[in-house]
Amino acid sequence: MKVNSEWNRERKIKFTIQDPCQIVRKSYGDAVAEDLRFVVRSVVGAENVIEMTPNKSNNYCCGGGGGFLQSGFTQGRHDYGRLKFEQIIATGADYCIAGCHNCHAQIHDLAHHHGAAYNTVHIWTLICLSLGILGPNERAYLGDDLKDVDVFHPETSLY
Amino acid sequence: MGETSIAIKGKKRSSFKDKVKSIIPGGGNLDLCLTCGACASGCPASGLENMDPRKFLRMCAMGLDEEVTTTPWVWMCTMCQRCIYVCPMQIDIPQLVYNARAAWPRDARPKGIRDSCDMAMRNDSGSAMGTAPDDFVFVVEDVLAEYQEAQPEFKDMVAPIDKPGAHFFLNQNSREPNTEPDELVPLWKILHLAGVDWTYGSRGWAAENYCMFLADDDCWKHVIKVSAEQADQLGCKVFLNTE
Ligand code: SF4
Ligand code: SF4
Repeated sequence: MKVNSEWNRERKIKFTIQDPCQIVRKSYGDAVAEDLRFVVRSVVGAENVIEMTPNKSNNYCCGGGGGFLQSGFTQGRHDYGRLKFEQIIATGADYCIAGCHNCHAQIHDLAHHHGAAYNTVHIWTLICLSLGILGPNERAYLGDDLKDVDVFHPETSLY
Repeated sequence: MGETSIAIKGKKRSSFKDKVKSIIPGGGNLDLCLTCGACASGCPASGLENMDPRKFLRMCAMGLDEEVTTTPWVWMCTMCQRCIYVCPMQIDIPQLVYNARAAWPRDARPKGIRDSCDMAMRNDSGSAMGTAPDDFVFVVEDVLAEYQEAQPEFKDMVAPIDKPGAHFFLNQNSREPNTEPDELVPLWKILHLAGVDWTYGSRGWAAENYCMFLADDDCWKHVIKVSAEQADQLGCKVFLNTE
């Protein structure tokens, strides 16, 4: 079984990528950022990836790290995240892929806070979607545009 | 010409900055700032609490210890290290921030972070949500059985706990087992299809470590030690941090 981006050839749903500070800048550098892109391109189609600027090792932190999510400084966290939010909006992407839990929570919350339409998604969700093995209950972070795409065992839906 | 040099008299008092310098391996280049501002211009925390990384470093250099160890800004810098990355002198501002956090009395540090650390200290899970090992094991086994039945193509899928000799020791953010267990499954599927030999640990399974964010070194060490020891005892080769 191999991933492919056939499902998105006609749909042309756009994705941008958050480079987690912890995985990229603080651990494995641009090499792992390239690996991440190899996977994302294979799964959603290279033409459907829109990059933020700056990115990779030079990215801006989203504001989900360092304990900020639990610190109680919610206003400060939203102000911190403005830079990331504006980067995401500038891409016009429908989805932001977040490879870290803290990033995921913060970027998801930034959309909610600003009333933005983009969704925030884990890469594992997209890999399984592209393999046709993503069930109806494993789609919490997909938007309406992808809720019904290639559903695995649709009869098990709880919704 | 010699007359123009300025001699500072008296014994230099040891400052917060000097203390941090002595802790960081290599010293963190804390005295090498060129005041170029590259750090501050690309820091998302610039302007919060009327602070930015260059200003914070300058205040440390000037010995304004009281100010730098009390400003709430240190809880708004995420220690993302972008400032180091762009700094021509590779100055370790995040280490100053970490140690400034540690200078706060424990019970004055942000409650949410402290509670998450205290939860992790309650049992051997290390979970910021306080989930006990038994509860984690129950959720994993329950969700696995449900999916093996509902999606027969995955009837042989596994989610092992404490499997001796597994190659990968995988940890898990507490959010999935606690609040959205279906989100555990896609990763299990990928590992299954890729034929990966992996295991969770009943001890130290939780990926997050809020004791680190709290700058509580003893608790931080305890949480990571439980996890590392479990991986070692099982004989795992690779510790795979999913956080
Ligand atoms: S980037 Fe480095 S040298 Fe420039 S102001 Fe910041 S700490 Fe100083
Ligand atoms: S580590 Fe802190 S000071 Fe440095 S860029 Fe990140 S948020 Fe700013």
